[in-house]
Amino acid sequence: MTQPFRTAAGGRIDRSDRIQFSFDGRPLTGYAGDTLASALLANDVHLVGRSFKYHRPRGILSAGSEEPNALVTIDRGAGRITPNLRATSVELYDGLTARSQNRFPSLRFDFGALAGWAAPLLPPGFVYKSFMWPPSFWKRLYEPAIRAAAGLGRSPAEADPDQYQTRYAHCDILIIGGGAAGLAAALGASATGARVILCDEQAELGGGLLDEPNATIDGWPAPDWVREAIGTLNGSVTLLPRTTAFGWYPDNMIGLAERVTDHLADPGSHRPRERLWQVRAARVVLATGAIERPLVFPGNDRPGIMLAGAARTYLHRYGVTVGKRVVIATADDSAYRTATDLHAAGVAVAGIVDRRSAPDSEAVQAARALGIPIHRGMTISGTEGRLRVHSARLSDGTGLIPCDTILMSGGWTPSVHLFSQSRRALIFDSASGTWLPTEDAVGACAGVFDLGTCLRDGARAFGGETRSFAVLGIQAMTAGEPPVAAKPHRAAFVDFQNDVTTKDLAIATDEGFVSVEHVKRYTTTGMATDQGKTSNLNALTAIAALTGQGVEATGLTTFRPPYTPVTFGTLAGSVRGDLFAPIRVPPIATPGAVLENVGTWKRARCFPQANETIAAAVARECLAVRNDAGMLDASTLGKIAVEGPDAAAFLSRIYTGDFTDLASGQCRYGVLLGEDGFIRDDGIIARLAPDRFHVTTTTAGAAFVLHHMEDYLQTEFVGMRVWLTSVTEQWAVIAVQGPRAAEVLAPFLPDIDPGAMPPMSVRTGHIGDVAVVLLRVSFTGETGFEINLPPDHAQRVWDTLRQRDVTPFGTDAMHVLRAEKGYIMIGQETDGTVTPGDVGLGWTIRGADCIGKRSLSLPDLKRADRKQLVGLLPLDPTVVLEEGAQVTAAPSAWDVLSNASVRTRGALSVGHVTSSYHSPGLNRGFALALVAGGRSRIGLQLSVAAAGGDRPVTVTAPVFLEKPKDRLKAITFSSAQPLLPLAEQQAPVARACPAVELVTLAPVTRLSVRAGSAAGTAIGLALGVLMPTVPCRSVITRNRAALWLGPDEWLIVAPDSASELAALARQAAGEHPVSIIDVSQRSGGLEVAGPRAAWCLNAFCALDLDLHAFPVGMCTRTLLGAAEIVLWRIAPEVFHLDVARSLMPYVRACLEESRVEFVDVQAESGRSK
Amino acid sequence: MLLISCPWCGPRPENEFRYGGQAGLTRPAASADDATWSAYLYLRNNPKGRHQERWRHQPGCGRFFNCERDTVTDRISNTSKIGPR
Ligand SMILES: [Zn+2]
Repeated sequence: MTQPFRTAAGGRIDRSDRIQFSFDGRPLTGYAGDTLASALLANDVHLVGRSFKYHRPRGILSAGSEEPNALVTIDRGAGRITPNLRATSVELYDGLTARSQNRFPSLRFDFGALAGWAAPLLPPGFVYKSFMWPPSFWKRLYEPAIRAAAGLGRSPAEADPDQYQTRYAHCDILIIGGGAAGLAAALGASATGARVILCDEQAELGGGLLDEPNATIDGWPAPDWVREAIGTLNGSVTLLPRTTAFGWYPDNMIGLAERVTDHLADPGSHRPRERLWQVRAARVVLATGAIERPLVFPGNDRPGIMLAGAARTYLHRYGVTVGKRVVIATADDSAYRTATDLHAAGVAVAGIVDRRSAPDSEAVQAARALGIPIHRGMTISGTEGRLRVHSARLSDGTGLIPCDTILMSGGWTPSVHLFSQSRRALIFDSASGTWLPTEDAVGACAGVFDLGTCLRDGARAFGGETRSFAVLGIQAMTAGEPPVAAKPHRAAFVDFQNDVTTKDLAIATDEGFVSVEHVKRYTTTGMATDQGKTSNLNALTAIAALTGQGVEATGLTTFRPPYTPVTFGTLAGSVRGDLFAPIRVPPIATPGAVLENVGTWKRARCFPQANETIAAAVARECLAVRNDAGMLDASTLGKIAVEGPDAAAFLSRIYTGDFTDLASGQCRYGVLLGEDGFIRDDGIIARLAPDRFHVTTTTAGAAFVLHHMEDYLQTEFVGMRVWLTSVTEQWAVIAVQGPRAAEVLAPFLPDIDPGAMPPMSVRTGHIGDVAVVLLRVSFTGETGFEINLPPDHAQRVWDTLRQRDVTPFGTDAMHVLRAEKGYIMIGQETDGTVTPGDVGLGWTIRGADCIGKRSLSLPDLKRADRKQLVGLLPLDPTVVLEEGAQVTAAPSAWDVLSNASVRTRGALSVGHVTSSYHSPGLNRGFALALVAGGRSRIGLQLSVAAAGGDRPVTVTAPVFLEKPKDRLKAITFSSAQPLLPLAEQQAPVARACPAVELVTLAPVTRLSVRAGSAAGTAIGLALGVLMPTVPCRSVITRNRAALWLGPDEWLIVAPDSASELAALARQAAGEHPVSIIDVSQRSGGLEVAGPRAAWCLNAFCALDLDLHAFPVGMCTRTLLGAAEIVLWRIAPEVFHLDVARSLMPYVRACLEESRVEFVDVQAESGRSK
Repeated sequence: MLLISCPWCGPRPENEFRYGGQAGLTRPAASADDATWSAYLYLRNNPKGRHQERWRHQPGCGRFFNCERDTVTDRISNTSKIGPR
């Protein structure tokens, strides 16, 4: 007969939906609505696992997430194997494949159980005591052996093929727990019109009410009342079943793990497996209920020994009886209800063993009336049975009671884990011996066990009128009495999952551990994956008795997230694969290039031709620059527009050097120091006009430099009239370097004569028909130009130059070329401890008091033995030294005397190699290095550590190539040559999805307006669109919009010509200082529209996008995943996103991922038509 | 994730902010002696409890502001604007 322990009727399972599953390969059947545990019990399977330490046979203890024993592995195929799932929480689906864990070769016969015989040899702390010496054995023998023997399930070796999602949510009230108190609270909360979320870890809302078919609430059978309540709440409250509130984080941020598809036989492909909710709640109400405590007696862990409340749950919710003949051991009235209910279901109740001397209540009397033997003032002193309990021994020695199941109830412990995580103090309730929350809890979590009171308290949790509920057919219950400590015994288990007994706790206290936190760590009680949900109070009681401190004084150990284990997939969410981090691609496509990561960018390292090695390509590219002309995509360089009357004075503070005497049209190199005097970045400062500068930074340093400048501008040099605007992505940059650079550019430049531009100068003009800013600057020592141009036109200029035989080169060649000239590279030659003087840039420090200058006169920064930049030439020219390798010198006698490390190693480390390459020009290896007192060692010989033995090197000045002859030729202008035509640009095609559409917006003019309020008003009047003064709000007038982005910063969006609009604004500002910058090219627009627009954005954006919190017209800079965007709501269901060009692919991918559910659902319904 | 109240924009999630170090430091004049200057560079308070700090709302309005953070609870309060521009 299948399912022999299934009742004839009753339960909430669907008996018409029979489900096939397997456990350890054995085919079994259950019903829809079963958990794996209830289906196993229906098939008389109690033995489901082996314990962690002693490999003792274990059964199912509970019916909920507190389960310590019944851990199984669910196998859904490669990459989808999940270990350590609680059978009591796994919902049954057709084809479910479950395996037991921690056993070899089989569950019924397990070699590991030999550990049980050796239990006296495995006292607490045995790992610390036994596996100490010799130390080398730890790594090679002890640890691998312990790791192999320990552990529960195995994690899959393959990549996880499932999708996971994360989302942010906000609400006024978050109710955790959907039992009687939680549902009543939700009914009360929804009546106030508040935004309410109710979550519950179980598949079905209702909690303990689902176990009470015979109780009625306001005339409804309790389970039907649940159905009606859910009907009322649907639509007004967000109901999240299968969702565990696992962590309480600062400022009421609650982590929820929603299991979306794990219960389905076919999860499909359009939904995430699990979803992490990060809920910010104005108020959180805990309705998390209580957990029944086991009783602690010798042999209390055999299969067939369960919690009494769990037996009722299996009977009423799943139609399963847990045995044929049960003995009930209790210290609490609630177990009597289990006795009478099982009796009514035809199960023989062989006796109730009650620790109390005179139990008497309605429930006790009901059991007594049925003739069930009650043994008062007694406990169980032992049990028999190997793979299933078969008898219980009474403490008065009257003999064994035969049984197949022992049900125990030691009272109820309120689930206060989340309250404790919120860092508020619990209070001790001496009547029940438990700790209770001081606020924001209702129902059993608050220590209330009477159903009517739970409902009433829940309903009035949010004020309002007191409502009472008519509850019939259920006796009033309590939390029970405080637990009583059991005698130390080596088989009386306190913590089932970590195999901790009362004997282990006694050993710990005997050895002098007094603090509960120490005993916990020494014995590992409460430290298993169940976090001691069933064991903590019993352990505490035992420790208190052993130390004589009393339970309250002993205190609870700290609860920490997660409440139940959370998968790594849930925590990672979408942040993996392509969405792990934005990959920014420069505006110029370079097919065939070898790429490397620089900061968040992908840059071309080199451009190998057919069959060319990387080294050969780099050499060819270097020689092209030295002898002809090469070009580098330098678009990723940071660019900052620095504007305002005090711009020159401000830059003189920020960079070494004095920019007040820099003429318009000139450039100057600057080094940026931290206040400590160490180099942070460097760049070119180009003066376009008296109050307008164009500043470049390194690629990776762009964000830091802007932040650093804003820091000093806002908080130190307050009052300076300067504005900073990032224009990194407004301008693409092509660097053309080499003796023929001017010659190849000249034919395309109608209004600039490059040959007439002096070194370190800047001009504005055109290349072909494209407006450009042209800098004559060089990082190679050759003649060089940097063309700043709109990114939309960069490709055709690049392609045109390529047709003119300008050789593309990558970052590898750039590194070699600059090193040959001894130019430092930030992050190579600098590491945050290097001063300008150290690298020969002391000459840049002139004039005013720049940041960091004062530190340079500190004694340590002036020492003669500081590491200084030098060149190294290996004696063997074929050698290319390792970057980072130590530079060593033969020690002097004094070194040997004073330095222990010199004595052991025989050499004195004097520095390290910072850059090392093969120079195609010199045809030899060369390096830059930072060497102590390096400039005084020029001409001397040192050694550099290397894998095959130290390499002798000669110290040189850090310049390897002679200054090139001025190879600029006079240029004869031919008629201006045209550029290649502009390529047609195509917006990516978004999938149709009425729930949330993604639309690329047409190009539009964007002006960044930085001005004081008077100038802002004047500009607004002139442009016909007033500048909003309320933070994060926009004004739209006809087709122009002004967005408030900061207290002196607006973004103007308009269809007009950028230059005309900017001129109009500047004119309106008159004498007021302003900075008006065209940033049209810097970003693109994306429209996210539809009823699910806010929902999808909240998958990656942490803002509250409710219409009240983020109304129409609101705009702000914020984060979407890892991308900085401007988010602007222009209609209730329409958002416009302003996204940096290089981040657009990432942002689109995020939004596609967030709406995958809706797109596929649509496609499926389309197919079914 | 902390909830931090920008004096300009109101309460916003922590990922919109950057920590800016201890507030209220006075940058000594260049003529300061080495000890004074070194203290400015390297000596910071490390209280258990209330700490005066600077944060910057970036990505956001970009403003630096002052606030008080309790280093035990991480609670941030008393956010205030840094002098008007
Ligand atoms: Zn702000």
